[in-house]
Amino acid sequence: MDDLLRDFLTESGENLGKLDNDIVELERNPGDVARLNSVFRTIHTIKGTCGFLGLARLEGVAHAAENVLDSLRAGRLQVQADLIGDILAAIDTIKFVLLRLEQTETEPEGDDAPLIARLETWLALDGRSAPAPDAAPFAAMPNLPVLPNIPTQVASGIPLAAAASVAPVLVPSTSARADALAAPEASAFVAHDGAEHRDNRRDGLDRRGQADLVSDGRPGLSESTLRVGVDVLDKLMNLVGELALGRNQLLQLTTSQEESPFAKPVQQLDRVTTDLLEAVMKTRMQPIGNAWTKLPRLVRDLSQSSGKQIVLSMHGAETDLDRQILQAIQDPLTHMVRNSADHGIETAVARRAAGKPEQGTIRLSAHHEGGHVVIEIADDGAGINASRVRRKAIERGLVKADVAEAMPDAQILRYIFEPGFSTAEQVTNVSGRGVGMDVVRSNIDAIGGTVELSSQHGRGTTVRIKIPLTLAIISALLVGTAGESFAVPQIGIVELVGVTEEQRGLVEHVHGAQFYRLRDTLLPLVHLRTLLRLEPCDVQVSYNIVVCQVGEARFGLVVEHVFDTQEIVVKPVGRLIKHLQAYAGCTITGDGRVIMILDTGGIATLANVASNETRDEVERAAHQAAQARAAAQADAKESVLLFDAGYPALQAVPLSLVARLEEFALSSLEEADGRFLVQYRGALMPVVAANPDMDLRAMDPRPVIVFSDRNRTLGVAVNEIRDIVEDSLHLQRRAARPGVLGIAVIAGRATEVIDTDHFLRQANGELPGHAAANISDDPGRHPAASLAPVAAA
Amino acid sequence: MSPALLDGAVAASTEQMEYVTFRLADQWLGIPVMVVQEVLIAMRIARVPMAPEAIAGFLNLRGQIVTAIDLRTTLRLPSREADAEVMNVVVRHESELFAFMVDEVGDVVSVPNDAVQPTPATLDLRWRTACTGIVRRDGGLLLVMSVHEVLRLDYASG
Repeated sequence: MDDLLRDFLTESGENLGKLDNDIVELERNPGDVARLNSVFRTIHTIKGTCGFLGLARLEGVAHAAENVLDSLRAGRLQVQADLIGDILAAIDTIKFVLLRLEQTETEPEGDDAPLIARLETWLALDGRSAPAPDAAPFAAMPNLPVLPNIPTQVASGIPLAAAASVAPVLVPSTSARADALAAPEASAFVAHDGAEHRDNRRDGLDRRGQADLVSDGRPGLSESTLRVGVDVLDKLMNLVGELALGRNQLLQLTTSQEESPFAKPVQQLDRVTTDLLEAVMKTRMQPIGNAWTKLPRLVRDLSQSSGKQIVLSMHGAETDLDRQILQAIQDPLTHMVRNSADHGIETAVARRAAGKPEQGTIRLSAHHEGGHVVIEIADDGAGINASRVRRKAIERGLVKADVAEAMPDAQILRYIFEPGFSTAEQVTNVSGRGVGMDVVRSNIDAIGGTVELSSQHGRGTTVRIKIPLTLAIISALLVGTAGESFAVPQIGIVELVGVTEEQRGLVEHVHGAQFYRLRDTLLPLVHLRTLLRLEPCDVQVSYNIVVCQVGEARFGLVVEHVFDTQEIVVKPVGRLIKHLQAYAGCTITGDGRVIMILDTGGIATLANVASNETRDEVERAAHQAAQARAAAQADAKESVLLFDAGYPALQAVPLSLVARLEEFALSSLEEADGRFLVQYRGALMPVVAANPDMDLRAMDPRPVIVFSDRNRTLGVAVNEIRDIVEDSLHLQRRAARPGVLGIAVIAGRATEVIDTDHFLRQANGELPGHAAANISDDPGRHPAASLAPVAAA
Repeated sequence: MSPALLDGAVAASTEQMEYVTFRLADQWLGIPVMVVQEVLIAMRIARVPMAPEAIAGFLNLRGQIVTAIDLRTTLRLPSREADAEVMNVVVRHESELFAFMVDEVGDVVSVPNDAVQPTPATLDLRWRTACTGIVRRDGGLLLVMSVHEVLRLDYASG
């Protein structure tokens, strides 16, 4: 049987198994969007694949069912018994066809017209005709289904390691082998277990080798390869992990003793253990090319059916990675290559018009980078139109319009990973329903990897996936807070920032949340101590921020101590703990302690720093903070003039705004037209009272603060100049009284910071009840603009 | 656990069961010897922040992670004194290890099955859920605890 067909059958069989149940559940609980999405994806995948395989009957039924499900997703149709019945009927037909395919490798004869007609009746009810299959690349889809935003569970995926340890043994049974002997081709599939067969592309080869061995004892290929149960490998892995821990303990003991007789043997043990660890890790490794074998065919078929000229070039197929991870990335890779071929690469005509070679290229490459494998899927196609994505994101309510407009294109492109997001205008046979990128993202997230997408409109798109080499042993940073230690998986860490006492000023407080000003961005801070409800301890003078990346969101995890980076063996947490989102597992350190591995994704959720709303909130907060910063000069210290104006609290003004401090004799104050003026440096300067209740004549001489803005000056009369202090002008409260910007704590006392703008307007007669003091050379210009940056708040 | 002890359990007739007994405050309880892997004296327990109160934390048993459960908290008994001695009864349940923290571990006793009576309806609901039967014996009452049921109790609010 054709590999492609066999894979399709296995995969579909697995998915259909749970589909019945899903649909029944959906009927019981129509609001279950996640389930609806999952059902839709399954049908979508089946439909997509049978397109390549030329299974017309299957495709027809799946397409009809998919359309109905799509309407359900979009909320144009409601879940109801009859409808569910029809979908189940469609699934039964699909199952039947699949069963016959498995037996005969051809689709059975049959007429699905009545079923399809019934399904289409539902579509007619929603007032929208079924979209015709069409291969228009990168067109926007009309009536894009609006889905509520489903938060994707961002797990670092470490629990997968736990799942693997209980995976069934996948050594073929003797009866299956006997079947294989009897009818090697047809029954090969039956003997296959999904996971087994997916994990090894050389499967057929091995199997035949075994068959040879069984039949005549002739040594075959199996001599150099041996099928071993995954659980055996997992157990080996665990044991070696333990051995490594024991070794670490021994090393600690011997290095603390000088001239220990154990030093030499322990050194030997150390070397052997390291080699053993590597060798065992290798048993789980497979070249990534194993996950690529289907792709050339897929691209060829696609280019034929769409009339495009596409070449797939592959590089680094020999790059090794853990089999478990290999499995996890297989589907995402297929999705993305399919996307590139279907949406990315243009038709030969369009390419020629754009001045590009007629033949489009999809470049697939893999290489090791540190403890990770980096996979890139790059095409030289049309690229993604960022403004279209922006529009869609706004339409779908994923982002506020003003925020979206301000976002750089690179950031906007990330919305492609949202569930149900598609910019395709027409639904094609292959893709374009917005299923795909969200699946890609959640699959990659689940194994602790990251996806980045970059695209240049007209030039092509590159998707870069970074995944860990293995899930069983990860590199982690050990941190400490409140006397406890924790491990943070290295893959989620972007950088470390040490905050000393002097740098505390970089921490902003907005709406009760803390942000750290990291270069140009505001990083939301999550205090591990607070989040995990640990006992508070003495205030630390300095602390560390572990900058974590979760999907699109970044946040800073605040801890007191950062220790070292270690390779740790991930162990699952028990059932009584696993509901705690903060943890991805636990591990045993070299000295035998058990410490928890933090799940940065879970922490982001717990601290609510990763959701879309929060992201918007952060954008807004960032904006506000920037303004507040400009206004209050944040926590930076500056010289502040303190004076008494007859109010209970002292008044303050930044010294930088003050031109001079003067005292005018009462005799020099001239009263004209209800205003006070003084001859000052050859001009008439208005003098206003800092407090309206103040009688300017009551004091001789009168202290006056002179503000100057180029050729305009203003005197503000006060009772007494008190002091000039160095402090931060951090406005804590707004003030009700006009003329006061707000209240700040200066030199340990609540002090009113005056609004110089107010006095300028008063002097200019812009405030009611005051006559204009038109001394300005340029009356049209707003006097406050450059004189009073404080007024910007 | 000695091999002899295990053999004894296997050889036990269908009419009787052997129980590892342990004390919580004044009450003696027993769990079937077959589920008990070993008994440990106090071990370093790594606490898990935010875990339910009854989950004392994890302990490292020769490289295996064991979830330590304080049965006093689980069964809503007053906490023990800070310096009180604690014993850990390690049980294996559905391929996961748990350590029940108890005040004292007693003998392994053999109890005829027909001597196990239903728990009295007057017993606190949490106890009644965790225990499947009660045995009268010379030293007082012995409650037969079910590991399965204890682990199914609601820990989040416990």
